[in-house]
Order: sequence, then structure tokens, then C-alpha cells
Amino acid sequence: MTFMPKTWSTAAALAAGLALAAGAVAAAPVELRFYYPIAVGGPITKIVDSMVADFEKENPDVKVRPIYSGTYQDTIVKVLTALKGSEPPHLSVVLSTDMFSLIDEGVLLPFDNFIKTADDKAWMASFFPGFMANSQTGGKTWGIPFQRSTVVLYWNKEAFKQAGLDPDKPPASWAEMTDYAQKLTKRDASGNVSQWGLQVPSSGFPYWLFQGFTTQNDVLLMNDAGNETYFDKPAVIEAVQFWVDLAKKYKVSPDGILEWGTTPKDFFERKIAMMWTTTGNLTNVKANAPFDFGVAMLPAGKRRGSPTGGGNFYVFKSTTPEQQQAALKFVKWMTTPERAAEWGIKTGYVAVRPESWETAAMKQYVAGFPAAAVARDQLKYAVAEFSTHENQRVVKALNDGLQAALTGTKTAEQAMKDAQREAERILKTYR
Amino acid sequence: MNRANMHVWGWLLLLPAAALLALFTHYPALATILHSLYSTARPNRPSRFIGLDQYATMLDDPVFHQVLWNNTIFALGTIPASIALALLMAVWVNDRLAGRGFLRLAYFTPTILPMIAVANIWMFFYTPDYGLVDQIAGLFGFARHNWLGSRDTVLGCLIVLTIWKEAGFFMIFYLAALQQMPPNLAEAAALEGASRWTFFRRVTFPLVMPTTLFVLINAVINSFRLVDHIVAMTKGGPDNASSLLLYYIFEVGFKYWDTGYAAALTVVLLALLAGLATAQFLYLDKRVHYR
Repeated sequence: MTFMPKTWSTAAALAAGLALAAGAVAAAPVELRFYYPIAVGGPITKIVDSMVADFEKENPDVKVRPIYSGTYQDTIVKVLTALKGSEPPHLSVVLSTDMFSLIDEGVLLPFDNFIKTADDKAWMASFFPGFMANSQTGGKTWGIPFQRSTVVLYWNKEAFKQAGLDPDKPPASWAEMTDYAQKLTKRDASGNVSQWGLQVPSSGFPYWLFQGFTTQNDVLLMNDAGNETYFDKPAVIEAVQFWVDLAKKYKVSPDGILEWGTTPKDFFERKIAMMWTTTGNLTNVKANAPFDFGVAMLPAGKRRGSPTGGGNFYVFKSTTPEQQQAALKFVKWMTTPERAAEWGIKTGYVAVRPESWETAAMKQYVAGFPAAAVARDQLKYAVAEFSTHENQRVVKALNDGLQAALTGTKTAEQAMKDAQREAERILKTYR
Repeated sequence: MNRANMHVWGWLLLLPAAALLALFTHYPALATILHSLYSTARPNRPSRFIGLDQYATMLDDPVFHQVLWNNTIFALGTIPASIALALLMAVWVNDRLAGRGFLRLAYFTPTILPMIAVANIWMFFYTPDYGLVDQIAGLFGFARHNWLGSRDTVLGCLIVLTIWKEAGFFMIFYLAALQQMPPNLAEAAALEGASRWTFFRRVTFPLVMPTTLFVLINAVINSFRLVDHIVAMTKGGPDNASSLLLYYIFEVGFKYWDTGYAAALTVVLLALLAGLATAQFLYLDKRVHYR
């Protein structure tokens, strides 16, 4: 299926070449190479292809060539490599947190450079502010939110009933969460546990879920300029300690590093009664949980809070002014309220504009499945996902520190001090 | 054909292979050494000559020390065990026994499977609670264990997986060597009344020594070369407890885009492997052949 557009666009390119030779430039449609990753289940390629086809039908002067580019990690590698080659992408969906890396590599074009009309400016201001936090720095807008998510809490209503809890009332605070989790943890006489109260996965990218704890403890992990981190602030260390205590002190969560990928499965198998994971898993849980479940905002510490996550549209310096206008047209079309709603319903991502939630299709969807709106309602408490210059490296320092604390090799304080020292060393040159 | 012509012929015949080797092995190796002496280029700061700075960084890099140590343990854990197991399996399936073909196939299966598939299967084995390992351990009353999520067990888990994956492959080489052994040796030993163990120790083992050298070199290289399972199972975690040298090079090179430092790390890996291979050849080659 991906071959078809390729041959078409090659033909289009050939045609463009011929047209150029004939001096009839205006007749040729503008061609755009568009890289996109897939990070959740479902027939995403089909959805993207059909949306692109609809766009081309309405805009015959633009040809978009969608190119599936693997996971988010694969995509950033491919984008950076291809930009050095002869067939660079013109726009792409990449993690919102890659913004600083893309700026550092000198490949990114801010939208402000080619946005002209008041209409365009109004469009840029129409997204949830929570999502724009990871898209703007230094007074410029570098990315447009597209497939975005937050962390939410899923709970097993049956398990709540068995433990004597109100199945329709999720925990609203840290105290309630640990209290419920203790009631939900089933231990036999010899201490073996058949059901844990709570699981917050910590493999791979623990920093993302950790941002839930820090935001709730009312502390930020980095500045807006992305060149300072605050890992060793007392409130951050407290947040680490709380996470560690879930297993070590309250004993409501399994010990050690908990696998991100199998956490939903643990939930389906009734090994855990509550879990923290992305809203992107909503469709998965809806299809596979053999019991009644609920979705709630993360509980509040000093305040409520969750990081956002997911991918943005980026436009690269590889574009000509005509291509920039075409890319703008495409991105605007993909994020119209109707399209953003369609994308959200089909994939499970949070539709990125408040207006999308007012569309008839979305209203109908939420009426039948209220859980879909939880992530949107949480947005007003959401903060930008952790992102700095040399993002991968700084994130690694934080991840290593968190895992060291969670496995008990270092105290929370020591782990965060070490992580902060490493982050300082890396970020020093960016101030 | 005169002698000079013979030389030309010889070189011409070697040329295709030599060209490929030079292009894809020798040139990259030399280029890597050169790159390791330069800083990584950033848009505002072009690459410049920094001498051995990258290597000095390495000495202070705790993650580098950790991965080197992990790799040593990984090598010591996988190499002797997988070779011993391979030899044992080969001797066993070389005997005339019912279902021999099936058994050989069964031992070889892990080798055919792609590492990524294997890693995903084993990830299920190691899953706490309902994973295979915990389920079996549960029958004997052991408590659940978070195998891949604990610093103490994660590397051991990867070692077991690797032995399982590699032993079958090495078995094939031993099986070939065993079948080269003339049957009259066994008959003579039987006439002399030698026990099975004596026969193995004094005849079989010395005779397959060249194979052991070959397998040993392969095993050493593999212990530095295999990282697919880390990508699929642990991403080097928790806190670098399961990260190996090559995986660290990948992280530095393609996640942090610090290509200068990655080049320096690669040089270390190359030097390490070259040193080990040379030592094995020089030291062992003299004593592997049975006389």
C-alpha cells in the first residue's frame, strides 16, 4: 500500500521535472515528504493514508508522500540521517521532547517564519496550552501538537468491590491512593501476594511517570529554556522517596523495576488492581480487560498533575517557501477540529484542540465512553514533558538515577544528586 | 605461465574479496581510529582535533566502567558454559539412540530463531508471577521474583538466555568433529577396557581441540557482539546493570549523536577483540593439535 503513493509521487516528480523543462512551473503540484512514527496499536498506516488521500482530493496543488518511519526513536534517527542526504523529509511527526535536539542540530524551522495571516495566528493559538508547552521555546513555535497523551490511573472496579471500596470512587490524593492500595493488596499467611494494590511501571522511560509524582509534589524538573535541571531539589527527592516507598514502606507495589510493556497485561490478569499508564492504552484496555474498569486523573499530592507526552508536527529547513506554505496547509488541515477529533477517536490520542471536543462526532463518542474525556480534563493540570538540550543523554542520567533508587542501590537523595551532577556537566555549555 | 604472471593472477583473484574487505572492514576501522581523535561536530561548533581527550573522558565515565565490568561477567558466564554444554550435547546425540535426528533438531532450534524473537519469548519466561520461571518456582513454594527488574539477577538472566541460544550452534561444529573421528579408536579403547570417561578425556577431547579453539574464538566474539536481546528486553537497565559495551556504543552514537566518543569506544572494543583473538591464536594454536 505504501508503494502506491511512492510510484505516484515519483511520477509526479518526473512530471514536475518535465514541466520545469517546459517552463510551466505553476501547473506542477508541490510535493512533500512526510515521515510519521507509530507508537500505539491499531491500523495507523491505513488511517494516515486515508487522511492524506482526503487532503489531496481537497488540495490538488499539494502532493503528500507519507512515509512510515518506525517507532519514535527510529523516526528521529531516520529524520536526522535523511536530512543529511539527498532526499530529506520536509515535515515529520516526532516526539514533542525532541524539539531541543532538532534545534541543536540546526534542522528545524519555526512556524513563525512562514505564518503570515491573522487567521493562521488564530489557528496557532487554538490548541490546549498544556500541549503547546513542549512546542514553544525562546518565543517561537517549533512544533504543532498532533498525537498527544497524558498519564492516567486505571482501576479494577471488581477488585475495589471485593476490598470493600466504592467501585466508582478512584483515589483522589496520595494518602487515599496508598490507603486503597493497602486494602487492595492480597497477602496470604506466608506473605505471598496474589494481587498488588498499585503498579507504576519503571522500565525504559521511568522519567515520564516520575514527572507525575514531581508535578503532584508541586516541583518542576527543568526550566523552559531546557538548559537547567532541578533533580536534587528537596521536593524532587521527596517524590522519588514516595515512589520507592510504594514498594519498600507501604508494600503495595511489587519490588524492583516494573516492565512498562507487561503492565496492562498484569492489570488484565488481576495481578494489580490499579495502574498508571498512558491514555494511549485506553483502546487496548477497553478491548482486553475481562472486568469493569475505570479511568481517572492521577491523584493529587500538593496538587494534581501529569506530564503530557506524544508527537508534534515539525517542518524542516529542507523546504522551499512554496513547500512551507504547502506544509502549513497540510498541518492546518490535519488539525482542524473535525480531523483532530477523528484522529483522537480512531487512535485513542487526546484531540489537541478544545474545539474538537465540541464536534458532533466527539460528543457522541464521549457520551458512549466517558473515560475518553479524562485525559482532556486532566490537561489543565498538565506540565510539559521533560525535555532539555541533549535530551537523550540528560534523560538517561535521570532514568539511571530513578532506577538506582527504585532497586535500592542508592538512596533517593544520593541517586538524584548523582543525576543532577551528570545533567549539570552536559548542560553547562548551553547557558 | 611465468612466475610474474602467476603473481598477477593471484592478486587479480584476490582483488574482489580484498576490495570488499578494505572498503567495509579496514577503511572503517582506520576511519574510526581517526574520528576518535576529534570532537563531535555540533552546528555551532565544528569538529576539531582533541588528541586523546575522548579516552581521558572514558576513564572518568562510570557507565563505561560498568559496561566493561558487565561484559567481562557476561563473557565469563556464557563462554565456558555454552562450550561445555555444546560438547556434552554433541557427544550425546552422536551416539546411536532412538530419535537422534529429532534430538539434534531440538538442540539446534534456538540457533535458527532470530534473537529478537528469542528475547521476546524469554521475556515472557522471566515475567514476574505468571511467567514460566515464576510459575515453575511457585510449584516448589518459592516466592515471586522480578527477574529482569532487579540488578542482582538481570545479567544472570541474559547469560542463561545466551547460553541456551549459543550452545546448539556450537554443538553442530562438535558434531562434525566427532563424526570425523575414526571409529577404530573407540573399538581399540573398548578392547583395552577404557571407561567412557577415560576415552572422552584421553581421546575425544584432545581430538576435538581444534574445534574447541574455533568455537572459543567465536564465543568470545559473540559475547561482545550480541546485543539484540538487550534492546528487546532491558534497554541496558535497571541503572545500566545489563548494559554491554556494544549497546553502550549504540546509545552514545545513535541516541546522543556523540559520534566522536562513540568512535573512541569502538576503538576500545576493536582493540579488545583483536587482543583476545591474537592471544588465543598465539597461545592455544601451539597446543591444540594432537600429536
